[in-house]
Amino acid sequence: MTMQTRDTLHEGLVMSGGSPKILLTGAGLLLAVLAPYVLYPVFLMKVLCFALFACAFNLLIGFAGLLSFGHAAFFGGAAYVAAHVVKEWGWAPEAGLLAATVVAGLLGLVFGLIAIRRQGIYFAMITLALSQMVFFLALQLPFTHGEDGIQGVPRGLLFGLFDLSQPLTMYYAVLAIFVAGFALIWRTVHSPFGQVLKAIRENEPRAVSLGYRTDRYKLVAFVLSASLAGLAGGTKALVFQLASLTDVTWQMSGEVVLMTLLGGMGTLFGPVVGAGLVVTLESYLASTSLPVPVVIGCIFVVCVLLFRRGIVGELMARVRK
Amino acid sequence: MSQLLGIPPQALFGQLLLGLINGSFYALLSLGLAVIFGMLNVVNMAHGALYMVGAFVAWLLLSHAGIGYWGALVLAPLVVGAVGLVLERTMLRRLYKVDHLYGLLLTFGLALIFEGAFRHQYGVSGQPYPIPDLLKGGTNLGFMYLPTYRGWVVAASLLVCLGTWFAIERTKLGAYLRAATENPTLVQAFGINVPVMVSLTYGFGVALAGLAGVLAAPIYQVSPLMGSNLIIVVFAVVVIGGMGSILGAIVTGLGLGLLEGLTKVFYPEASNIVVFVIMAVVLMVKPAGLFGRER
Repeated sequence: MTMQTRDTLHEGLVMSGGSPKILLTGAGLLLAVLAPYVLYPVFLMKVLCFALFACAFNLLIGFAGLLSFGHAAFFGGAAYVAAHVVKEWGWAPEAGLLAATVVAGLLGLVFGLIAIRRQGIYFAMITLALSQMVFFLALQLPFTHGEDGIQGVPRGLLFGLFDLSQPLTMYYAVLAIFVAGFALIWRTVHSPFGQVLKAIRENEPRAVSLGYRTDRYKLVAFVLSASLAGLAGGTKALVFQLASLTDVTWQMSGEVVLMTLLGGMGTLFGPVVGAGLVVTLESYLASTSLPVPVVIGCIFVVCVLLFRRGIVGELMARVRK
Repeated sequence: MSQLLGIPPQALFGQLLLGLINGSFYALLSLGLAVIFGMLNVVNMAHGALYMVGAFVAWLLLSHAGIGYWGALVLAPLVVGAVGLVLERTMLRRLYKVDHLYGLLLTFGLALIFEGAFRHQYGVSGQPYPIPDLLKGGTNLGFMYLPTYRGWVVAASLLVCLGTWFAIERTKLGAYLRAATENPTLVQAFGINVPVMVSLTYGFGVALAGLAGVLAAPIYQVSPLMGSNLIIVVFAVVVIGGMGSILGAIVTGLGLGLLEGLTKVFYPEASNIVVFVIMAVVLMVKPAGLFGRER
């Protein structure tokens, strides 16, 4: 594929902001509002948390071309922060989520400063190693309670008004958080900043020669992505009233890569579709005797070998033909 | 001298020996990663899983076919190498023309499949593997007690590492390999079958991981999860050393193993993360790694 067609392809995927997209978004929102009357709310909230996580991850890989293999550190680390401040310090849920987001952003700043010194494969390995360090810290630090995790986190009253222990109230709060996070990503991708990120993805030396300080752009994108991943992790801790080691493992970092890859890297809706599919599949497999990692691994292999554009990317390419 | 820096010498040397053994495995595994990366531009995420497969092949040979340690030391790397050849021929080969990140993602998927399958079949608890009779016992060196098997592991992995270095840097075949790393098209034009060489390189790299698995079997128990945490430390080792140099991979692996052992003596809480901290520091000072070239 030449540079030209690749560019127009991505323009097509990202920029086709016309009426069909608005219609689709509206229909999606309506579905999301009605969904808890049909499906189990906790399941839907899990999907939304992972969808936000995957969208945050996609901001890096899809729009800046940076493969982070350590996003579990932000997701799981922020879950610990939210759970700790809400349970032990008695903070309100909105303050807990804010703390989770800020801490994840700061962690992202540290990771970013170290990792953007290398590109491509090295970037992936460095983020993976750093997130493993966070895993060991989570295992050893006293406030995380090791293997037990932080259990029985109270959901509390959002803004002192909404009782989050009601499943429906919690669901709409999670939906609002997801929509806000998604809107921020949408805005970022379509801003001049997002255009520079895409230029860096396509041809970094060229972007440098045009006078952009690419390292700064990459760092800001990394911090933004880490913060949103943290918001998703903090929300998940409130939903499940639990922060545990599972969310900081490198398998979790791999899982978010799979969600994004399966749905379509570099498409806005791809990660949402991917997260929905993976979460559905996992809860289905849990009731069978099939080993989950093997199935997930097979999907990985099939995606990489046969359809690298993912479901949404593939659909968009068909529609354009 | 009963104390050395406030530490009893037995404890110090004991931890240093443990560090040296860990370092031998880091060296063997990062060497395989470096060889594969140099030729294929693929970060082999399945390396840890194939190390685990090597240990399991040894255990299965013993429990099902009655083939002991020495047979397994030859057969298990061959089996793992053959698996690697099949993977390269059927899957990895299709990805050389797309972004290198896809190679990483594919091998990650393969690692999940291997680990998941073995875990499903054998559970998470470790299977013991006996030390061969010839290497039982130990020697008292005066300042410490050296179990023979541990000494053997360090010596054997050093020998294999240096042999690999010699083969790549000092032989005709190694020269072809290095040339093909620099410019595959040109080497192909000289009549050398580069695709076969690439397959064999991958097979050889993962066979090293299989060999490390057999060496590790009597020390650590044979378990489906033995590779997954080790491999991330090895990635950090590779980042610290830089992937350009074979000798660099060996020296960094051993050095970091020793350093980890020392940390266990002086500040045990940090021993799990010391390698990652060093990685961060090295990246700040010398982004290409200690022995790497900036690309």
